[in-house]
Parts: sequence; C-alpha cells; structure tokens
Amino acid sequence: MLYWDQEKECMPRENLRELQLRRLKETVYRVYAFVPAYRAKMDEAGIKPDDINSLDDIKYLPFTTKQDLRDNYPFGLFAIPMSEVIRIHSSSGTTGKPTVVGYSRKDLDTWAELMARALYSAGARKRSVIQNAYGYGLFTGGLGMHYGAEKIGASVIPTSGGNSKRQIMLMQDFGSTLLTCTPSYALFLAEIMQEMGIDPQDLKLEAGVFGAEPWSENMRRELESKLHITAFDIYGLSEIIGPGVAIECERRKGLHIAEDHFIPEIIDPVTREILPEGSQGELVLTTITKEALPIIRYRTRDLTTLNHEICPCGRTHVRMHKVLGRSDDMVIIRGVNVFPSMVESVLLNIPGVEPFYVLIVDRIGNLDILEVQVEVSERIFSDEVRKLEELGKHITKELESALGVSVKVRLVEPKTLERSEGKAKRVIDRRIF
Amino acid sequence: MAKQLSVFLENKAGRLARVTSVLGEAGINIRALSIADTSDFGILRIIVNDPSQAYTILKDAGFTVSETEVIAVRVQDTPGGLAAVLEQMSNANLNIEYMYAFLGTSEEDALVIFKIEDTKKARAAFKEKGIQVIEEQELYRL
Repeated sequence: MLYWDQEKECMPRENLRELQLRRLKETVYRVYAFVPAYRAKMDEAGIKPDDINSLDDIKYLPFTTKQDLRDNYPFGLFAIPMSEVIRIHSSSGTTGKPTVVGYSRKDLDTWAELMARALYSAGARKRSVIQNAYGYGLFTGGLGMHYGAEKIGASVIPTSGGNSKRQIMLMQDFGSTLLTCTPSYALFLAEIMQEMGIDPQDLKLEAGVFGAEPWSENMRRELESKLHITAFDIYGLSEIIGPGVAIECERRKGLHIAEDHFIPEIIDPVTREILPEGSQGELVLTTITKEALPIIRYRTRDLTTLNHEICPCGRTHVRMHKVLGRSDDMVIIRGVNVFPSMVESVLLNIPGVEPFYVLIVDRIGNLDILEVQVEVSERIFSDEVRKLEELGKHITKELESALGVSVKVRLVEPKTLERSEGKAKRVIDRRIF
Repeated sequence: MAKQLSVFLENKAGRLARVTSVLGEAGINIRALSIADTSDFGILRIIVNDPSQAYTILKDAGFTVSETEVIAVRVQDTPGGLAAVLEQMSNANLNIEYMYAFLGTSEEDALVIFKIEDTKKARAAFKEKGIQVIEEQELYRL
C-alpha cells in the first residue's frame, strides 16, 4: 500500500472541493451559533453563515489571530461544552498569555488519523520502531506523533526531548528506524553521536520526520548525510490541530496539506489580500472538521507558497513549499526583510561551517546593525589569524549577497550557541522601538 | 619538528584563564606561549610537555583545538643572535608565518619557535646553514 487512506488522499479535486464546501458551511454555522466571539466578528463584518455559498466566499470571513486566542483565554473560543472536551494543550506562553487549544474525542481521532497519514507517507509501517523525541506534555508535538504512530501499529519509544546520550543508546539498543523531533535537535543528536564515536551507518535509522520549526533544503542535506537517513518535513500548529496538518510524500517536493480537514489560503501579510496562485505569502488555514476549537482563517505567520500541480505520488492534495520563514521571526534591517532560514542556507553552503548560528540585531545611533554569530568548528579553524579573518570575510560576503544588507560576522567558540531541544531561538533583537 | 597546539578563543573575560586552569589541573606544563588577537577573537598557540594529552583535554573541555607543526630553533642569546638566524632564513627564501620565544632554559642560548610555510624546506635549509633545530622529544622535556 502506498497510502494510509487512498480514498481521502487521492480524492479527485472536484469531489474534494464539494466536501470542503459542505464542511466549511457546517463549521461556519457552528461557530456562529456557539462561539460568541466569532458571532461578534461576523456581525461586525456584516456576514451571515448563509452568505457562504462557494469556497471563494471564504474571503468574506474575518481572520483569526493568536491575539484572538489570548483575548478569549482560556476556553472562550471552544464550540462545545467543557464536558465534551477530553484533552487540553497549550503553548508555553513565553510571549504573553499562553494559547490554549481543546479537543473532543472526534478531534483526537482526526488528529491521530492525520498523524498516521503523515508518518505513513514518510515510510512508517507496522514494523517500524519510532523514537519520538518531541517533547511530551502541553506541547502538541509529543502526543500528536505518539497517537499517530500507535494508530499505524508501529512500536513507539516515547523518549520525549532531552537526555541525548540516552536517546542515542536507546536508538542503538532498540533499533529505532524512524526518529521524530525538531530538526535542530536531530542535528544536535548527530553531533553527540560523533562525540561518542558512533557511526550512524551502524544504526537501523532509516528516516526522520522533522518539524515544529522552519528548516532549509541545505539543512535536509546536512541531516541526511550526518545521520544516513531520509529526512521528511512535517507541518502543523497547535491552534489548527498540532503536527499532521501537512507532510512531505516520498517525492519531497512540497508538503501535502490535508485538504479534507483544512482549507489553505495565501495572503499578503501586510495588505491581507489573497494572493494569486504560486505567490509567496502568509499561510492562512481554516479547520473544517474540528469540533472543540474550530478556527476560521487562522493567520499562521508562516510564509510559503501553494502548488496545485498534480504530484506524481498520486495524492491530489495541494502542496505547500517548505516554510520559508515566519512573518514574526522576520527581522527588518534597514527596510530589508531578513529570515534566519536564509542565513542557515548560506552557512550550510560554506564547507566546514556548522549551521549553529544566531542573529543579533541592534540599533546604534539610528542605524540597524545585524551581527551573525557563527561557531568555529575544527574543520574551519586555523592557527593563522589571516586565514580565520579571510573565512570571516568570506562568510560576510556570502551573507551580504544573499540577504542584501550589510552584516557583521562574529566567530564564536563551539557549543556557545544554544542547542535547543524544542524550537531553536535564532534571533535576538535588542532594538528598542 | 614540534607540535604546537592552537586554540580558538573568543575575546571574552576568563577564556585564557580557563585554558590554563584546565591544563594545569591535568598536570600539563606550558613551555612556550603566544597569542595572536583581533578585536573579536584570539588564537592561543602553546608548546606543552605532552601535546597529545593536552589536545584531548582541551577538546573535551569544549575548545576548538588543532595541532600545528612548528620548528624550534636554538639561537645564541647575544645581541644580533636572532638577526643572524633571520637573515639566513631570508636568504633561503623561507616565509615566516609567525614566531615566538620559548621560555628560557640555558644561559647562552634562546629558543625560538617558527611557523614556516614549508616545514620540510625549512628543515633542509637549517641543516645546510648549520642552524640547530631542537627535536620534538627533547623540546617537550625541556
């Protein structure tokens, strides 16, 4: 079998659109009836559920943002009674009130189904041994992966994040075939493996499913060569359901969005206009099957493009490009948009440079200064000042030509930049506006 | 030929102290030392009594370290002693990347460490000119 659920994943577009419209209408009726905050917004916009008669009419519906979840903290956007909510997840809330999401029994079934679909697409089968190094707990990554892997019938090792040496020992002893974690943690594990003198070729690891933070094609090459695996990108966010919203197929040319459950749009993050097919912009998602927390036109802040071309894998669901960056991770330096992912891409193209980096933005006088700190690994270290300075200049030149803004490169000692077990913090903005 | 250890250091308080204390705790003796620095970073170059052990210790302590081949030369400790050697090196077309002095051990001689682009060529030239090169094992014992 090539697909977890061929009927859904390969549904003819026409049928898929019919299904989406029916489900969208149901969702809009439900939120209007049961969620006062949605009703207020729709009333304000002068739109009634009956006005939604085609998929294009989605453009009349108001957007939902993280702020709406915060304003209705904790359960204000739930569309079912709390007695029907059987799981609650939440963000860490480092940037304000946490965002809280809830699931009905059917929602958890949907989520497990989507995660099974995703893992299956990345090659997971009943015989697989899945080491799940996503954090278990309030974060949706750990439990989301877990239930999907169990649904397939694979053997799940719920290691959660951290304790890297033990992760590697278990990987050896239990013969893990698939690793699930953030890409930065996977790279960190590869580093520890090297230090422990373990050759990844001696492991049974075949694939990795990496997500929860944007990562580049160069990072894919790095992970694949260091761990001897095939690396798959998975996309999701707790506000929508958690991981499993989109997954790469074996072609790995974009992530198929589960369109039987979500409707994607691409908008201009500034004007909020819907952009034409193929344009790069902010991904907006509407859930059309969620019961506990239906979300209308959620602004993900993730920047990508949509590709409706038929994928050779046979799946009919639209493909989103690997996330190119986040509109809120983006730093604007002297009017130029800079994304950490662009820096990562440049660094990985310079032999010997490890993708451990941090962007520090500061304002001196009225001028924005971008400093990129890069770790000096043994492969690029030299005992001669001149050679290290040349390397610094080379990195500076490559970064400047890719970013279009002047950059100060600072070489720092190895392991001084944060190795994250969750989402890596790549930007420190010290500017005071 | 001798092995020098080169260590990458950020220009931050306490980094050099950390290297020396890590080595000191392991009973490694630093025999010669120089630091090349820029505004952002420095490169510490050291000759120690046990380079391979020191290399492992520094690496385990998380430093970026490399081994570099250098040549230790005996120079007369009198006015013009170094000048004579440098002149002969210049005549032999040897390019010096950098150099520094060894902590003294004898009254008549000084030891100077040279990093030269082409170490083989340098050795041959020193032999021809009668410049005394200190061999590795002897150097670590000094």
